[in-house]
Amino acid sequence: MSTAQKVLLLKLTIHLCALGLLVEQYALAINDQLGGDPVKAIIHFTGIGAFNLLLLTLLVSPLAQRFKLGFLMQTRRLLGLYAFTYASCHVVNFLAFDLQFEWRFFLEEVFKRPYITLGMLAFIWLIPMAITSITWFKRKMKGNWQRLHNGNYLIVILVAIHFYWSVKSELIEPSIYLLATLFLLALRKDKLKRLFQSLVKYRKNTSTCR
Amino acid sequence: MLIKIPKKSQLLENQVTDERVYTERRQLLKSLGYIGATGLLAPYTANAINWFDDKESMRSSQTKLDYQQAQASTDKLTPEQKVTSHNNFYEFGAQKHQPAELAQSFKVTPWQLVINGEVEQPITLDYDDLFKRFTLEERIYRLRCVEAWSMVIPWVGFSLAELIKQAKPLSKAKYVAFETLYDPSQMPGQTSRRLGGGIQYPYKEGLRLDEAMNPLSFLSVGLYGKTLPPQNGAPIRLVVPWKYGFKSIKSIVSITLTEKMPPTTWNILAPHEYGFYANVNPDVAHPRWSQARERRITSGGLFAQNRIDTQIFNGYGDEVAHLYKNMDLTKFY
Repeated sequence: MSTAQKVLLLKLTIHLCALGLLVEQYALAINDQLGGDPVKAIIHFTGIGAFNLLLLTLLVSPLAQRFKLGFLMQTRRLLGLYAFTYASCHVVNFLAFDLQFEWRFFLEEVFKRPYITLGMLAFIWLIPMAITSITWFKRKMKGNWQRLHNGNYLIVILVAIHFYWSVKSELIEPSIYLLATLFLLALRKDKLKRLFQSLVKYRKNTSTCR
Repeated sequence: MLIKIPKKSQLLENQVTDERVYTERRQLLKSLGYIGATGLLAPYTANAINWFDDKESMRSSQTKLDYQQAQASTDKLTPEQKVTSHNNFYEFGAQKHQPAELAQSFKVTPWQLVINGEVEQPITLDYDDLFKRFTLEERIYRLRCVEAWSMVIPWVGFSLAELIKQAKPLSKAKYVAFETLYDPSQMPGQTSRRLGGGIQYPYKEGLRLDEAMNPLSFLSVGLYGKTLPPQNGAPIRLVVPWKYGFKSIKSIVSITLTEKMPPTTWNILAPHEYGFYANVNPDVAHPRWSQARERRITSGGLFAQNRIDTQIFNGYGDEVAHLYKNMDLTKFY
């Protein structure tokens, strides 16, 4: 199989799984077949789905490097965009079905509840990432593009805390997610160290050049 | 008295599918063979692909009860199927759908409920006593969960005060402590942190004696005219409609009258989030959920317009507000 075919097949699978599951869950929820509380069910499904997809985007490059599967890299954008789609559904579900479009209440909740604040920050950062995923932007933005998209490392941490903080007592699942997040970040410790150092240097520069 | 103006989109009582028709339709589908196919595909998927998964097996373990019917309620009842499939009963799993799946082999006979402590006349009720010692009546109560959802449920049972009176409380008795059965061989959540959400077992709850003696406090042995299914707290549970749902302890084996305020499960776990009183109060937010509004669990799926304002004391203020006359409810939450 040629690389192009492999990529095509992989992308088709991603579409089928990510879009298929989403459509199925909404169909079930609309027809009241998603357990006792379809609103909560769909909010949780899209939330955890977004997190899964985010972690998958982080898994792509270590996998590609470790097993010399360069073509995997071509699926990263698609996974990222689906993560954004799920995250958008998550936020819209909360606003539309849980709060039934009480915007004032929505804003109150976002600012009052720290776990929602974190989740919202993560979502807001995802928006420019999704928009600039178009190749034209990537070319235009040059180094800034990478800088913006490095935000993903922060986003997964925010999302992991958001999840951990949102549960009542059953901490095992969020703990596993937190560990998975830290593991995927640990694989990049050299890169993260470099990023952190350049950030510190940047700050030093700006302070001396005042 | 709670006066509600129904929205146009709200279903009326006469639009609700009759239970008999509902069951028959399931039967028909079943006989057509859908159950077998979906059963093979996904025997334990809780939320996906269980379109024809009925709860027939659990119904068979419920028996019909004789009771005085309640007066018609202005609130639309939550469908029975949702009352029995959306449960917080961590002894059988911390996810809402798990108790209905994991509790079906729970044995309720023999059962022993003891009433002791600061009483003149300790009582032990066996399984049959639960249904025969008192005249059973039906009460339609709103159940409000601290997670900001609510249901309207027709319970069958008797008033808690009647039982306590028979035990003749001593003057020292100030509080009533309740305990759920502790039986890890039957309740997997009690030993598995993964299932049980990491809370302490046996589950404990408590009321002040005057709260327990309030006419609204109810011991339920059934819902929708039948005995309780295990996920709803068979064979006997408490229902305190002006408090958050977690006060309504399930599968009770002991009721102890005490001098001191008893420890309660959620209060032990997170005292800053769950107080002893746990009165429904729209003005006191939980750290994770605003309590100002709630979503009424009804039928109708994702687009059901079911968001309503939460009432102080869950709308039962006329009956219970006097109990807290001189108390700061933001402090004693």
